[in-house]
Amino acid sequence: MSDRIRLLLGDRPVEISGIDPTTTVLDWLRGPCGRTGTKEGCAEGDCGACTVVLAEPDGSGGLAYRSVNSCIQFVGTLDGVQLLTVEDLAKDGTPHPVQRAMVAAHASQCGFCTPGFVMTLYHLYRTYDGPLPPPRETLDRALGGNLCRCTGYRPILEAAERMFDGRTAGEDVTATVAALEGLARDKGLAYEDRFFAPRTLAELAGVLKVHPGARILSGGTDLGLEVTKAHRTLDRVVYLGRVAELRTVAKTQTHLELGAAVTWSEAADPLVAIWPALDELFARFAGPPVRNAGTVGGNIANASPIGDSPPVFVALDADVELAGPAGMRRLKLADFFLDYRKTALAPGEVVARVRIPLPAPGLKLAAYKVSKRLDDDISAVCGVFALALDGGRIADARIAFGGMAAIPKRAASCEAALVGKDWTLATAQAAAAALASDFAPIGDMRASAAYRAKVAANLLVRFWHESTGSGIATRAVSYG
Amino acid sequence: MAETFATIGKSVAHDSAARHVSGEALYIDDMAVPEGTLHAYCVPSPKAHARIVSVDLSAVRAAPGVHAAISAADVPGRNDVGPIYKGEPFLAEGIVEYIGQPVVAIAATSIKAARAAAKLAKIVYEDLPAILTIEDALEKQAFVAKSYVMQHGDAPAALERAPHRLKGTFRNGAQDHFYLEGQIALAVPQEVGEMTVWSSTQHPTEVQKMVARALGRPANAVTCEIRRMGGGFGGKETQPAIIACIAAVLADKAGRAVKYRLDRDDDFMITGKRHDFLVRYEVGFDGEGRLLALDIEFAARAGHVADLSTSIVDRALFHTTNCYYVPHVRATGHACKTHTQSNTAFRGFGGPQGVLAAEHVIDRVAHAVGRDPLAVRKLNFFGPAPRDLTHYGQRVEDFVADRIVAELAGDVGYEARRRETDAFNAANPILKKGLALSPVMFGVSFTALQFNQAGALVHVYTDGSILLNHAGTEMGQGLHTKICQVVADEFAVPLESVRIAATNTSKVPNTSATAASAGSDLNGKAAQRAAQAIKARIAGFLAGQYRIGEHEVRFEAGHVIAGDARLSFREAVQLAYNGRIQLSATGFYRTPKIHFDRASAKGRPYYYFAYGAAYVETTIDTLTGEYSVDRAELLHDAGRSLNPAIDIGQIEGGFVQGMGWLTTEEIWFDATGRLRTHAPSTYKIPVARDLPRQFRTRLWEGGMNREESTHRSKAVGEPPLMLATAVFLALQDAARAAAPKALLDAPATPERVLMAIEAAK
Repeated sequence: MSDRIRLLLGDRPVEISGIDPTTTVLDWLRGPCGRTGTKEGCAEGDCGACTVVLAEPDGSGGLAYRSVNSCIQFVGTLDGVQLLTVEDLAKDGTPHPVQRAMVAAHASQCGFCTPGFVMTLYHLYRTYDGPLPPPRETLDRALGGNLCRCTGYRPILEAAERMFDGRTAGEDVTATVAALEGLARDKGLAYEDRFFAPRTLAELAGVLKVHPGARILSGGTDLGLEVTKAHRTLDRVVYLGRVAELRTVAKTQTHLELGAAVTWSEAADPLVAIWPALDELFARFAGPPVRNAGTVGGNIANASPIGDSPPVFVALDADVELAGPAGMRRLKLADFFLDYRKTALAPGEVVARVRIPLPAPGLKLAAYKVSKRLDDDISAVCGVFALALDGGRIADARIAFGGMAAIPKRAASCEAALVGKDWTLATAQAAAAALASDFAPIGDMRASAAYRAKVAANLLVRFWHESTGSGIATRAVSYG
Repeated sequence: MAETFATIGKSVAHDSAARHVSGEALYIDDMAVPEGTLHAYCVPSPKAHARIVSVDLSAVRAAPGVHAAISAADVPGRNDVGPIYKGEPFLAEGIVEYIGQPVVAIAATSIKAARAAAKLAKIVYEDLPAILTIEDALEKQAFVAKSYVMQHGDAPAALERAPHRLKGTFRNGAQDHFYLEGQIALAVPQEVGEMTVWSSTQHPTEVQKMVARALGRPANAVTCEIRRMGGGFGGKETQPAIIACIAAVLADKAGRAVKYRLDRDDDFMITGKRHDFLVRYEVGFDGEGRLLALDIEFAARAGHVADLSTSIVDRALFHTTNCYYVPHVRATGHACKTHTQSNTAFRGFGGPQGVLAAEHVIDRVAHAVGRDPLAVRKLNFFGPAPRDLTHYGQRVEDFVADRIVAELAGDVGYEARRRETDAFNAANPILKKGLALSPVMFGVSFTALQFNQAGALVHVYTDGSILLNHAGTEMGQGLHTKICQVVADEFAVPLESVRIAATNTSKVPNTSATAASAGSDLNGKAAQRAAQAIKARIAGFLAGQYRIGEHEVRFEAGHVIAGDARLSFREAVQLAYNGRIQLSATGFYRTPKIHFDRASAKGRPYYYFAYGAAYVETTIDTLTGEYSVDRAELLHDAGRSLNPAIDIGQIEGGFVQGMGWLTTEEIWFDATGRLRTHAPSTYKIPVARDLPRQFRTRLWEGGMNREESTHRSKAVGEPPLMLATAVFLALQDAARAAAPKALLDAPATPERVLMAIEAAK
């Protein structure tokens, strides 16, 4: 017998059956649930009008909240979670402080993006524990995945400050936690032989053995678009988001190990704690609802030439572990990408983990993203530079770029021009010139080939200034 | 003291604000639909230009769930949504003229079924040569309508005489409206031949008219209604007729309700955008930078049909000198035919392109004579006669840009900031700062005289509640809130007593589009007159009852004072009803004083002008071209503001939208003419971080409309968008600091900034 998808919709237990498990959460809300407050603005996770909040037990008696784009999440992923929409905020007819602040700040005009902003702010309201009012940088980061075309954002930022006025202690969530714990499964969800959410690697292997052709769903921020943009039907989906072993973050003596189903929001802090130079890149990596869903493994396995994490991991000499029918195997991430959207994954294999060697002393690291818009844009060029300096000499260099080739790729000639040289501006310029023999980028709607080539070269010069403390200002925009 | 209920000039909340934040505000896609409602999808043209050799829909019609499939041949009436010119089909007829153009429309039980069926359409095309760029259209002299020239004085001769001359070419990009709610219509067949259409439109009357025409029925058989749009910005002025006609014809064929909702990609691929322009000019000036003559040619990408392009190009010509007096002007406008989406109205309606070009020119002139651009701007302002004459013959009687600019320059300490910026640039080889202070002057009125009219219908019920209908539509701009304020003020009742009804063509007929920033000017007056008519009747009745003069009856603070009697508004209304007094009235308004003769290009097209100025500072990174907008100070004249919060919202929102147009928003076609920026993943409108780090917006305290507009307010929908010109100019200023000859085109993407500097090195 098929399992039903069980969740809390607000405070109400709901079971889903009889519908396509790749129905988006948005379509399910607006259709069968009759909750039309949540809007579709783009159906690709780039505008935030469909933002909803998911809550799950945090393991210590409370709830962990994350905002996601309901337009690209499948209902199958809701199993065992609490789903909160704009309709859930007012209690007994009294608007939530977020809603009151939005009205008081005149922060809605046409109102169509508003429910999404309200939910994004609600997420911030529930999770933010820093100084009040929150610094502008905090708000910019929180709002990076929501588009408003009317207000120009100023009143929304004002509402984001005002909503905390008189914030009282968090509400009692014990009943919700208990209800969610009651939804926990002993064995992974198997919905109509079409949607599987295994709970362990062993269960995952079992499912993939039976269904080797099933599509692997991790965060859904890419696979979701096959349904909403390419209008394809996914016959069978295996969801990695409940596989315990893939959800771990571990720091060993030698490596930081990130499970494939760890979201970017979860991965960013441990990464930045070890490599502070990555902070800006991960702030500019998609928008919060996408970072709250999209995963480490997904960004690698989809092998996009313009994904932002592969250049980072390649430059940091990471390994990737693949789990498959024959067990685990490990290879260098740089060897994982074979050609445009082609990887070393064998049938039935999934990315299980990324292992990043901890930095040696003397590492100079920078990760630069260049895009038309600063926040929530896809890179025209992403350049990551890792130098091992021995005194003033470059002992080792790993330079990787996204957006410059059909795959995330190291810049061999550039590296050769660096290794063994003194780290001077002249060396940086020579290495920049060498990029011309490493890459022949394409021109498209994001950038021309000439601009990509020019910027890639200039980023080396920027790196020199910033890594040597030349004293010359290089940044028009601060992410501090 | 008794509460007065006065809200004119008060920052009351948007009438729907509470519903926006609760999710209860209903948009068309949120409405309950009739049982059996079908969903529409259109087969898009895969070609930029081709002959349709044959269309075979037999497999489509046989597909599961399909109730109707139509091509142009199946349209019962006229397949034409041209607002000015004829021959603008909503379903491709004989030829396709852009990639994405609807060729076949399908109604099925679900959108999925309609999409699946669309794949079964057998359409044979024969390729035709396509025109994909403005340059190509100019070379082939391919225009959607006759080109137009506005002349004043003798520009060629004055250029000959001018001590200094400059020639140049300048481009601005297109811009998608990116209203968050995509285009949508719900067509519901009624009794024999009647059709009700809910359409997300700024122009219900046009939807009504076009749907009637498409169905081959009189206008009285079609009703169009819209409660609110999720954004419009001009994109829902003419384009909704395409969507509504397709939905209505399908509904008519299927005998069922049909919803046609464009998803984001389809919305981008099917509908028009702001016109990109190629501008070529020659300007003559003296050694101080005083403008002597301007010969300027605007070539706009109209797209495959004219739509409103000629009027939009006209408005660019009207605004080609912005705030400046130029004694000799020749301004030529071309609406170029290209095989791309038909570009359309967008907030500013050609004005932004004219103002941007004017400011680009004056910036270059200033640079050529070695003076600060602000000094040259001031030197050229309109002034006392004869310097009050525009190139289209209207005298500028209400000029205040000089005062606004002086005030803003003083507030920001312009001279000192210029020195500090220069010092920063001297000390920094990689980062460069730039600044600009530029004014806006925008003519308010439709240049087509007939649109400058509006109607309203006000009902007062016997419980004292008031229902307001008017010709305008709500797209987020707060129009309904403002008109409710006007009506509540007239009756001196609390704002909560006035409820706004959905805009409906059966309540107020023959309406103009809510456009040209004229919504509150026109509808405010019409609604005010309707309210006044009812008041006059009540006053007349009470005067008779109490044997006093009508002038002794006053509406005050929720009451009606009739001599010594003091009645609550409700009591007065009930008495009037009992006395068989009509408590419902229409109101009508037409803008006075305006006229324009297109043949001679002379007249007084604008009732008045709206003014504002912006000061902006930017920093660019000369290694990547990336930049930040560090500061923006806006000072804008909203007249006597009806609602400062709403007006500030229009100014801030317009500025940021304009900033998007001039910075990160780039419409990009590939070599086949396919639009490749068709969703937010590829088309980047501003987000919160893009806001200027320091951002301050103020209403100009001197604001007062010298014309008798609604409570002496001024139109505020479009003019602030052009304040963003200062962002572009500040980026240009910073680019010059990196390379003196660097010249930017718009949008100034990081790529354009970097490449302009590189090219000028």
